[in-house]
Amino acid sequence: MTTLLTILFDGVAYGMLLFVLACGLAVTLGLMNFVNLAHGAFAMTGGYVCAVLVNQSGWPFFVGLPLAFVASALIGAVLERSLYRHLYTRSHLDQVLFSIGLVFMSVAAVDYIMGSSRVFIKIPQALEGQIDFFGVGIGRYRLMIIVICGLLTAGLQLVLARTRFGSRLRAAVDDPRAASGLGINVPQVFAFTFAFGCGLAGLGGALSAEILGLDPYFPLKFMIYFLIVVTVGGSSSITGPFLASLLLGIGDVAGKYYVPKMGPFVIYTMMIVILIWRPNGLFGRTVTR
Amino acid sequence: MTAEADVGYHARQHARWHWSEIAFWILALSCAYLFPSRYLIMTDIVRLALFALSLDLILGYAGIVSLGHAAFFGVGAYCAGLLALHGIITEPVVALIAAGLVAMALGFVTSFLVIRGADLTRLMVTLGIALLLEALAERFSDITGGTDGLQGIEMAPILGLFSFDMFGKVGFFYSLAVLFLLFLLARRIVHSPFGLSLRAIKNNPLRAAAIGIPVNRRLIAIYTVAAFYAGIAGALFTQTTALASLDVFAFERSADLMLVLVIGGTGYLYGGLIGAVVFKMLQEVFSTITPQYWQFWIGLVLIVIVLVGRARLHRWVLWLPNLIIGQFGRKTIVAVPESDAS
Repeated sequence: MTTLLTILFDGVAYGMLLFVLACGLAVTLGLMNFVNLAHGAFAMTGGYVCAVLVNQSGWPFFVGLPLAFVASALIGAVLERSLYRHLYTRSHLDQVLFSIGLVFMSVAAVDYIMGSSRVFIKIPQALEGQIDFFGVGIGRYRLMIIVICGLLTAGLQLVLARTRFGSRLRAAVDDPRAASGLGINVPQVFAFTFAFGCGLAGLGGALSAEILGLDPYFPLKFMIYFLIVVTVGGSSSITGPFLASLLLGIGDVAGKYYVPKMGPFVIYTMMIVILIWRPNGLFGRTVTR
Repeated sequence: MTAEADVGYHARQHARWHWSEIAFWILALSCAYLFPSRYLIMTDIVRLALFALSLDLILGYAGIVSLGHAAFFGVGAYCAGLLALHGIITEPVVALIAAGLVAMALGFVTSFLVIRGADLTRLMVTLGIALLLEALAERFSDITGGTDGLQGIEMAPILGLFSFDMFGKVGFFYSLAVLFLLFLLARRIVHSPFGLSLRAIKNNPLRAAAIGIPVNRRLIAIYTVAAFYAGIAGALFTQTTALASLDVFAFERSADLMLVLVIGGTGYLYGGLIGAVVFKMLQEVFSTITPQYWQFWIGLVLIVIVLVGRARLHRWVLWLPNLIIGQFGRKTIVAVPESDAS
């Protein structure tokens, strides 16, 4: 029973982490319909920024995290303005090729600058070890991840549903032409959203260095996970990808625990089955564009 | 002239062998005598060209964007390797066909998954299948050899006559012959009424269905054929290198393949062949400059190609040949037919 709960807890933490990593992609891929395979590169950037700041410059971990967000968001904004925006109207094939190119470049560049070995980020003493909670061992670091990611998710949902910016974004995504006719600066909204998504990915990358591992091949290794979250979760709201990442996280952790030899097999089968069953995702809307 | 006869006339005109095509193949064959010390890399190019030809069939003619074409390549590679290793079929040509058929069967089964859903779902499903197979190959490492790969593969002489030599001369001619035969077949396929119907589907599936083309069945058929081609390419890989390891399923292989096809252009069969030559040369150049980081430059090439625009780039490249042709007073111009998946 306690193992089951521990697995569930680790799975939830893992899922939450995946959500923070992938929710930027949920917007670009799910809402803006842009196939961005390079999303993991932004996550990796955040992770490495945090690692350099904390390990080499000796900054506190909790200062490194927001800076990872800022750095990734800045890079995201620059790339969006200079490159990505030319490709919104292009074919999916062009978008795929472009983002694969970006992934290759980022992998080689990070390999060149930082070396190809795995990087760890020094976490504060307070976050190490476990808390015993009614017999269930709860990792402190994972608990922190759940708290941070839970707060972020709630905040995102609020922003999307309640604020003026949220309604602008939804309008811009639903029908960019009508939205710009109503005086919404659609490119600006997109750029801001893209940058914010990249920032979240960077934050996720910094948080995940401890759990997923951080090396130059991060964007390639986890690309499929991000894509699964978005395609399985659908794109109608933020809850779809959220539930999908929880499902994926718990499924992956449980799969690795109970059938360690089958490894990633469980996840890929799950994804293919779900996509065959509901091509627009579990929680997606039925209309395709 | 009735509309039907008109369409038939143009289709036949297109299907005729152009003098430049004959020149292309003569050039390919003469490479064997021009660069006798470079058989290994030329074999590599031929293999890649066959693999790209396979992707061109589904991407350029049927408009299916696939990110997991390495799945069939890998299956073909492992099949050929296992057949040779356990001495089930030692004759390379028969083993080649057997491996192709296995990949074809897999292609047929998975095609039902691929024809469902739109572009994005297809991307995901094809990618998922390749990853799944990679995970499987890793899981059953007692059969596949795991990360070490299959080792100690020995190939019997081709047709019992020509044995593989260490300079790769036989391997090159063997690969080139296979490529040429399969190219002829592909050429026949895409110029047949079947091939024309594929183009109709690609341009507009809804309209194609409305004029009575069984869209799904045609897509299944071409996907299966493409899987066969990819399987053969994989088997050639194993037979000429005597090696099959997990990286035959790698995502990079599928991604590189896309780049090959994008360099050469899709939808006219030669795109894959030309792309393979250019890609390998680029790879050679970049890896002599930076042995470890050549991927960076390949990525840069991809981005530049996309940003400049494939159509414009091909026009630039063909500017000089067209100028020369213009000097000879010919009116016909060479152009890459741009017809990509949208």
